[in-house]
Amino acid sequence: MRNTSILQVENLHKSFTLHQQGGVNFSVLESVWLNLNPGECIALSGASGTGKSTLIRCIYGNYRVDSGSIWLKHQADWVNLPKLLPHELLAVRQKTIGYVSQFLRVIPRVPALQVAAEPLLEMGIDLEIAYRRVKELFTRLNLPERLWNLSPTTFSGGEKQRVNIVRALSVNYPILLLDEPTSALDANNRQVVMELLEERRLEGCAMIGIFHDQELKSIQNSQFQINPSKASSYE
Amino acid sequence: MEHLLKINQLSKSYGGISACEDIYFDLYPGQVLGIVGESGSGKSTLLNAIAGHLAVDSGEIIYLDPQGNTHIVNQLPEIKRRWLMRTEWGFVQQNPRNGLLMKVSAGGNIASRLLDVGQRHYGQIRDTATHWLEQVEIDPKRIDDLPGTFSGGMQQRLQLARVLVTQPRLILMDEPTGGLDVSVQARLLDLLRSLVRNFHLSLIIVTHDIGVVRLLSHRLIVMQKGKVVESGLTDQVLDDPQHPYTQLLVSATLTP
Repeated sequence: MRNTSILQVENLHKSFTLHQQGGVNFSVLESVWLNLNPGECIALSGASGTGKSTLIRCIYGNYRVDSGSIWLKHQADWVNLPKLLPHELLAVRQKTIGYVSQFLRVIPRVPALQVAAEPLLEMGIDLEIAYRRVKELFTRLNLPERLWNLSPTTFSGGEKQRVNIVRALSVNYPILLLDEPTSALDANNRQVVMELLEERRLEGCAMIGIFHDQELKSIQNSQFQINPSKASSYE
Repeated sequence: MEHLLKINQLSKSYGGISACEDIYFDLYPGQVLGIVGESGSGKSTLLNAIAGHLAVDSGEIIYLDPQGNTHIVNQLPEIKRRWLMRTEWGFVQQNPRNGLLMKVSAGGNIASRLLDVGQRHYGQIRDTATHWLEQVEIDPKRIDDLPGTFSGGMQQRLQLARVLVTQPRLILMDEPTGGLDVSVQARLLDLLRSLVRNFHLSLIIVTHDIGVVRLLSHRLIVMQKGKVVESGLTDQVLDDPQHPYTQLLVSATLTP
């Protein structure tokens, strides 16, 4: 039944109730079905406010869904993400799903190198090996070496975003979720990120992302249209 | 993976006022659990009940020791419970003056916990104390100074060193960053995070500071009027709060 895919979203519904604003309820995702294979990149498209980020956050388990399933292959098992216990979801995030969000939240004074190496260190990788891996990626993304030992709290938007990308790319996650990963980058660095992602894809990494039109030229992808509060579909 | 601690239907009331009602959760090794809520929500009562500082009315606090034995902590004889608090568990007070021996030197504070567990070799104890002062980033030259000569942030870190010296598996913390200025707070958070990672330490942190739990805790429990109104991974609760009270709490937080 699960055939060759790595992620299957089935009949997903997500709404928000704002208790501080008179209990207004609005539905963002209604009956979303999606299938993702290893080595496939799905680019979410749709106007702003249609729920692209919401879908990504649901798949990461950041937002709790109203109903529906998110089946994914974690190690050798298929798990349904909304039904996982907290420590099980943490394990899925540690080993299976990487997420590049639009924000980087860090403890002040922790240097960029350590911030970026954290996912590797939490997996129990040696400090030296983790730092080597992170330094390679920092170099590739043109993050100046003088910044490596400084806290990202003082970095520019583009520099923070690169630290965030390195965090997610330092581990070889089978699934990557990318919420506008290059929004704050200049054309040159944007190109480098897209090349890195395309390399990952060719190695078998499955991705779902929100990208800008120009970027989609550098990665082979299928388009997935999200419509406001209606069933969404592939194009 | 097996849980380290399991709280079952824990209740505690003061006279007719219920401070904790039917609380349950479990905690796994290497996890940080944050408990947030307004003053009077029962979060400190819960922490003190788990630590055995307060007798509970009903419910169970179940602890799995390293040998795989299960203990119902709130039914242990007093002497065994105290032993647990001195060895495998630790408690960090909101006010470091309550968690330190103020008339004993910094080194003596650390040593006293080692003496409690039967260490007698003076040289070794001093070396160990020095090591833990370094771990919490206190200059070992201050080993013979009284805690009263330390700043608030240093006292808090000394209190932590005193608890860490027996290499506990679980530390309960009541507002550990309260009253610290932000740069000292960041330093303490960074320290706690590396301790959790390097020693697979589990923490329960009671705080009203959403920023602290956002950066430190894996999981979050939100309490209101003695009840758990919402729980989940920290980012779930803070980014997608469901309960009206949690939404109020999150919307009232200043995000830098």
